[in-house]
Amino acid sequence: MAPLQFNYPIPGGLLLLFALLTGMAFGMFLEKAGFGNARKLVQQFYFTDMAMFKVLFSAIVTAMLGIYWLSYFGVLDITQIYINSTYIWPQILGGVIFGFGFVLAGLCPGTSCVAVFTGKLDGLAVFAGMFTGLVLFAETELLLQGVLNFSSIGDISLYELFHMEYGVLTFLIACIAIVAFWFAGRVEDRFNKLSSGSS
Amino acid sequence: MNIKEPRPYWNPYIVGVGIGLLIIFSFLVTGRGLGAIGAFNGLMASLVHVFAPDYALSKTTYSTYLAGVDHPLKDWVVIEIAGVCIGGLFSGIASRRFKFEVIKGPGISRMTRLIFAFSGGLFMAYAAKFTRGCTSGLALSGGSVLSPGAWLFMISVFIGGYSIAWLMKKVWN
Repeated sequence: MAPLQFNYPIPGGLLLLFALLTGMAFGMFLEKAGFGNARKLVQQFYFTDMAMFKVLFSAIVTAMLGIYWLSYFGVLDITQIYINSTYIWPQILGGVIFGFGFVLAGLCPGTSCVAVFTGKLDGLAVFAGMFTGLVLFAETELLLQGVLNFSSIGDISLYELFHMEYGVLTFLIACIAIVAFWFAGRVEDRFNKLSSGSS
Repeated sequence: MNIKEPRPYWNPYIVGVGIGLLIIFSFLVTGRGLGAIGAFNGLMASLVHVFAPDYALSKTTYSTYLAGVDHPLKDWVVIEIAGVCIGGLFSGIASRRFKFEVIKGPGISRMTRLIFAFSGGLFMAYAAKFTRGCTSGLALSGGSVLSPGAWLFMISVFIGGYSIAWLMKKVWN
């Protein structure tokens, strides 16, 4: 039964080796998608290259379906996995500010690593900004205590929140994703025609 | 064809399915998904701890990553992000995309670009403290296990991104 870590005595060193290999594959995928390049990544927000949306949602749908079916067949114990806790307002407002940062930087924390290690100096500036942001947060943390934990609803999942069947929700999201992928392709074509027509 | 031309980018859906499988493997082995900003938190905490140990332990921002751990850098997400750097480097070299340069739109100076990049990093790290995760740890991994907060975060990132993008049009295009 998985997760292996909780059900078998796996040495810590082996887990860290697994972390390293997983990260290497992740970094390779991000680089191959072109996400070390801020200007390519940020085209998502000008509708001219929706690669970010396509990668993000096809990854989520793949993982979501895989995790559902593995738990359905009893391979993965869903009660043992980590589900990110929900803090409604901090995550909405934080998300909007994160979005501002994303367009300013053109990179997110993960892709900035790929940018830096493929020689992109703007990635280094993102690193410096992130460290500065953390210092600022540490200096202001006392003022934010109430705000940070406001509207917390714990680590429940969407299907529990909506009182839905887990499988039905994954099926619905997969259907929405297929329509969204088709739509993303149409939007890209349209905006690329527009921009090539105007220049 | 010029031998020095970078290789083409991979199809985004192939990359997406690949990352999705990686997330599944990660959940099967460790019970959790991928992450990114956590590594910066851990790195920053251990850096501050080296220079000012008492100060580091007095701030929750850092102490969460220091208290009760063997070593703050011997952490799953820190090692995973080290892997992302190595994987990115190898892939960049193999794809002929490794090059020291500043990626920017044609209309702005290098300095302007670096200032924007710095501010973007600052906003993201600060915001990620409120959201408890970034695009990797929250949107990707949390989205896969249907965490409501992950989906709220994702939608909000797109709203924030699209609402500032028109102001930044001259910077990028």
